[in-house]
Amino acid sequence: MEGDIVQMGAYIGAGLACTGMGGAAVGVGHVVGNFLSGALRNPSAAGGQTATMFIGIAFAEALGIFSFLVALLLMFAV
Amino acid sequence: MATDAHGAAEGGLVFHPMDQFIVKPLFGHGEVGIFTLTNVTLWMALTVLAIFALLVLGTSGRATIPNRIQSIAELAYDFIRKMVEDVAGKDGLVFFPYVMTLFVFILFANFLGLLPMAFTTTSHIAVTAVLAMLVFLTVTIVGFVKNGVGFFGLFWVSSAPLALRPVLALIEVISYFVRPVSHSVRLAGNMMAGHAVIKVFAAFAPTIIISTGIGLVVTPLSILAIATIYALEVLVAFIQAYVFAILTCVYLKDALHPHH
Repeated sequence: MEGDIVQMGAYIGAGLACTGMGGAAVGVGHVVGNFLSGALRNPSAAGGQTATMFIGIAFAEALGIFSFLVALLLMFAV
Repeated sequence: MATDAHGAAEGGLVFHPMDQFIVKPLFGHGEVGIFTLTNVTLWMALTVLAIFALLVLGTSGRATIPNRIQSIAELAYDFIRKMVEDVAGKDGLVFFPYVMTLFVFILFANFLGLLPMAFTTTSHIAVTAVLAMLVFLTVTIVGFVKNGVGFFGLFWVSSAPLALRPVLALIEVISYFVRPVSHSVRLAGNMMAGHAVIKVFAAFAPTIIISTGIGLVVTPLSILAIATIYALEVLVAFIQAYVFAILTCVYLKDALHPHH
């Protein structure tokens, strides 16, 4: 019985951890959207900044991946 | 805990989406030790062979007008060289061979992992953590060798107001030590998540065998989803290798020029 409650809590927690994906989605969308709006105003300067955009995406995405990691830990390690 | 959810008998998934990440010995069914040949060993060796075929055999002709394989090898070389020069600066070019090695290894491991029945070596945090720890140690050692005590200037934001600097220093120190974690988990997490999603849809695909009614809807939809996500994964495989390499360059730039 106790094991069942622990398992239930782990599954609910894993599901809740998935809300972190929404945050990562907002962050990545914000980075790319702002890059695009800037790039369309000055297309000649856009090419040199794609690398910066990818760095920004990587940093925004990392926190979403952390929530995925928490979900995995709850599913398989707890 | 999740292993008892297997089996089509209960109407669950036919196979578990995480089964593809199990490390198995190549020969026999014994324990996996340090020197056991496993599927990870096999796919890492194949990765190295593929890189050798492209970069060494492909360019061995040294033609003035390159053929297709030599062009690809030269494109990759120029691409990474320009990236290192742009991000880490001219004095960062010393580390170009290191960044190139990292990029090509991760790229080929990601792409080979996309083959059906293949094993994605980069989906294991054990693999990516070693790569990220090497980058972290390199950056720290290079930073102290090049700048001495001046490397601590990385944590002391001299452009901020004096009262804020200790708080910022604390945040900078924490973010410095989180780097290897996020660096490795980003790559492994992306690879693992993408491949697991493909397998989840692959498990829904044979629904038509169990029930024709629902199967007529679910089976075509899941096959379409597999194809679409696979295309996305090809893109992600490249982007993650690129991101890993470019973040290495960013960290190296910090080590070479630690002042804000």
